[in-house]
Amino acid sequence: MSNESTTEPTTQQRQRQSGIGLLAYPLLGVGFGIVLTKSEVVSWFRIQEMFRFQSPRMYEIIASAVAVAAASVAFIKKVGLKTISGEPITIPPKTLGNGVRYAVGGTIFGLGWALTGACPGPLFALVGDGVPVMIVAIVSALAGTWLYGVLRPKLPH
Amino acid sequence: MKLGIHDFSGLVPRELFTWSALPTLKGFVSIIVGGFLVGFGTAYAGGCTSGHAISGLADLQLSSLIAVVGFFAGGLIATHFLLPLFL
Repeated sequence: MSNESTTEPTTQQRQRQSGIGLLAYPLLGVGFGIVLTKSEVVSWFRIQEMFRFQSPRMYEIIASAVAVAAASVAFIKKVGLKTISGEPITIPPKTLGNGVRYAVGGTIFGLGWALTGACPGPLFALVGDGVPVMIVAIVSALAGTWLYGVLRPKLPH
Repeated sequence: MKLGIHDFSGLVPRELFTWSALPTLKGFVSIIVGGFLVGFGTAYAGGCTSGHAISGLADLQLSSLIAVVGFFAGGLIATHFLLPLFL
């Protein structure tokens, strides 16, 4: 009896937490989509202006995002904040290796970024922004990640 | 540099990102080739703009800095050398 009464609340608590978690993901996602759209980070024109150094707008947005993220990371580490499901928030350090995957993979990403005018988040946001043909770009991007999975053992990392 | 873009309204050029533009060279490169490179590059580099440029730089990770330099190198090459070839 006493065992049941002690285990029961934690199970309930866990269920409640996962319920909040299930709500938090779409809510944060919707918020992210609104921010991406209203800031025009999803705009092909703004991306072109950035790569042509015609406007400081994108650089200002990225700089402010990095500043807010750095302050958030520092706060999370200091307070020891936990996720909704109660796990500690950790950003696992990337293994540097010889750095080839970051240099080459990053450059390939950059080529695609300028060609589509969108990175992964905006690809999805643009579908909701009334550019349904971006579904094809999303499927193509998935094909790209699939090919990486196939080639992975042969690629330098 | 003048590209063949005439409609500057909205979030994306209508000349590139419509179903009717998809089978054309400029539509194919913008949507399918570009999307493919975004997916492959994100997987290979282990992150995208939010993962490397924002979260990674905020956490002062050297690998993210290398990736971000790569993002801009690729973006500058595509903008100044590839786009003029098909737009």
